[in-house]
Amino acid sequence: MIDRVGLFVTCLADTLYPEVGQATVTVLERLGLEVIFPLEQTCCGQMHLNSGYPDEARALAERFVEIFEPFDAVVSPSGSCVALVREHYAGLLEGADRGVPGRTWELSQLLVDVLGVEDVGSGFEGTVTYHPTCHSLRLLRVGDAPLRLLRAVPGVELVELPDAEECCGFGGTFAVKNADVSGAMLDEKLSSVLATGAEVVCACDASCLMHIGGGLHRRGAAVRPLHLAEILAS
Amino acid sequence: MSEAARDARPETFPHAAPAAIANAQLRRNIHRATTSIRARRAGVVAEVPDWQELRDAGAAIKDAALWRLDEALVQLESAVVRAGGAVHWARDAAEANDIVTALVCAEGVGEVVKVKSLATDEIRLNEALEAAGVTPVETDLAELIVQLAGERPSHLLVPAIHKNRVEIRDLFRDQLGLPGLSDDPGELAEAARLHLRAAFLRARVAISGANFAVAQTGTVCVVESEGNGRMCTTLPEVLITVMGIEKVIPEWRDLGVLLQLLPRSSTGERMNPYTSLWTGVREGDGPRSFHLVLLDAGRTRVLADRVGRDALRCIRCSACINVCPVYRQTGGHAYHTPYAGPIGAILAPQLEGEQGSAGSLPFASSLCGACYDVCPVKIDIPSILVHERAKQVRRERAGIEGLSLRRLGRVLASRASYERAQRLARRLQRPVVRDGWLTRFPPGPLAAWGRSRDLPAVPDQTFREWWESRDRS
Repeated sequence: MIDRVGLFVTCLADTLYPEVGQATVTVLERLGLEVIFPLEQTCCGQMHLNSGYPDEARALAERFVEIFEPFDAVVSPSGSCVALVREHYAGLLEGADRGVPGRTWELSQLLVDVLGVEDVGSGFEGTVTYHPTCHSLRLLRVGDAPLRLLRAVPGVELVELPDAEECCGFGGTFAVKNADVSGAMLDEKLSSVLATGAEVVCACDASCLMHIGGGLHRRGAAVRPLHLAEILAS
Repeated sequence: MSEAARDARPETFPHAAPAAIANAQLRRNIHRATTSIRARRAGVVAEVPDWQELRDAGAAIKDAALWRLDEALVQLESAVVRAGGAVHWARDAAEANDIVTALVCAEGVGEVVKVKSLATDEIRLNEALEAAGVTPVETDLAELIVQLAGERPSHLLVPAIHKNRVEIRDLFRDQLGLPGLSDDPGELAEAARLHLRAAFLRARVAISGANFAVAQTGTVCVVESEGNGRMCTTLPEVLITVMGIEKVIPEWRDLGVLLQLLPRSSTGERMNPYTSLWTGVREGDGPRSFHLVLLDAGRTRVLADRVGRDALRCIRCSACINVCPVYRQTGGHAYHTPYAGPIGAILAPQLEGEQGSAGSLPFASSLCGACYDVCPVKIDIPSILVHERAKQVRRERAGIEGLSLRRLGRVLASRASYERAQRLARRLQRPVVRDGWLTRFPPGPLAAWGRSRDLPAVPDQTFREWWESRDRS
């Protein structure tokens, strides 16, 4: 039985999207969990590893497991950061991961697969289209956990996103190293989002939402990018 | 490196991509073709209940050959020789081209017919043959189109994916001397057929690649869709096969797994129309002489890399290319290698080694992972991409990117420096923030971001500042 979780908020949400972290805390506390935010935390090392800097990533991974070792469960509102921890820490740390990856969960996974909760008592109103981010879909295999949570919100009208499983084109430093290709991929994703007519595009990763949201803002589109936690917390 | 040599290097992927992206026709063709082929593949894969087990078996078969490649190749050689064939070993592209050119010239012919082959594209055999006064005739329809246009293939399996039928009609009118030709697909195919039929009947020497070669029996296998491969491997008197050494498989029965995986993954068919298998030569049936050229060209170096070696499992199905969202935007030419898409991005830099020009390719991916999901021999392409990136970073030393990422690594190494950086970012952005957004950027990586996206500003309160204020209250 989990009654206390360590929150890894991610450097991106901490710095640019505090509302995502706040919403995560709200949802977890509403379910009666004690949430601890260790202030020593910074970054999981994903950007460094994926950009070709494994030594820097390893140092960050070592920090991460040291900081989160005391917790029986660690939760994070990011599919890609959790995928890094769960899928790559063991290799990166050559096994010295102190069992932390196996206790680290993406938010929707923790709620649905670990706690067995789908209805978190949210009161959101609006049409929502869901973008399954690549790493939660293909690395973490969260499956339909986020959709089950969304379907349990009484006021949410879900609209299916065409070509939902296509990447939005973010890919960390890919977005700047191959900015033209990344931008072309984003164009396709935005066309799909706009074609749904939904008021909200929802995902489980602030990084993908930063990309999609940054594109929507540039085009002056009214669609709101919201993290799953924000819908569940309302 | 001399000035001239540097000029001769192909441009990097990020430099080549914009022209491809700007070509609306190209993107439409590629979009249409990959969408339909993805759906076909998904359909025929879904009907195989043990697909995942088949993938495991395919990976195990390829690994079994790769982990004892030295023995498997010698076994293959003796089986081929026993069956009346000859085996030649080529360390690199130049050696392979010399061997093939000498064999062709010894026959005294001025023309050879060719089955579509990536290995011969890789070593640029056609150019070597032409330099020796021999005309190579590509007999795969799409490959013929690309050859007549003087271009390079843009897709492993569908080399002319970038061309539509009006473009092909104009090409055939011009190159085949058929001024009245229409763009009706049937009429275009018939024109190619007549052109190729004459070449098949003239040809005394044929050149092929190989999809598989069985070490146990010495049998070589080519799969194709048009029957041109069957013509090439049976009609001419002399058959020369150029094959990368990673194409060897241990046993005859392994074909039972691989011939299920390949057509379903590549063309989205349950079975490809033509599967040609031959073992050496046979009196009065097929070619009177058979030469197998075993090509290394960097493959043993790839084999020595514990992570990268899995790329040698590749059976060239192109499933990864068809699902790749990056390839979908650019097509194959921007990769400047015969192996485009995700597999090209891990194979080309490894085959070329440190001196190669494919160093930008491992970065040409958002690491979305779609390629790994469809790979019939379970090559973990995203992990190899990341591994190749690290190799490339080590090779290039620190540019501006390296310096900033290493600096960032140090900033993230302690709470104090991280929090300082957050506060500094908030202060520095102040003059340019409008309504919580950054919409104009200084030159550099932020400007690249800003070409198609805005960036949210650092808010007045970070999450940790909120948490601390909440803790206090």
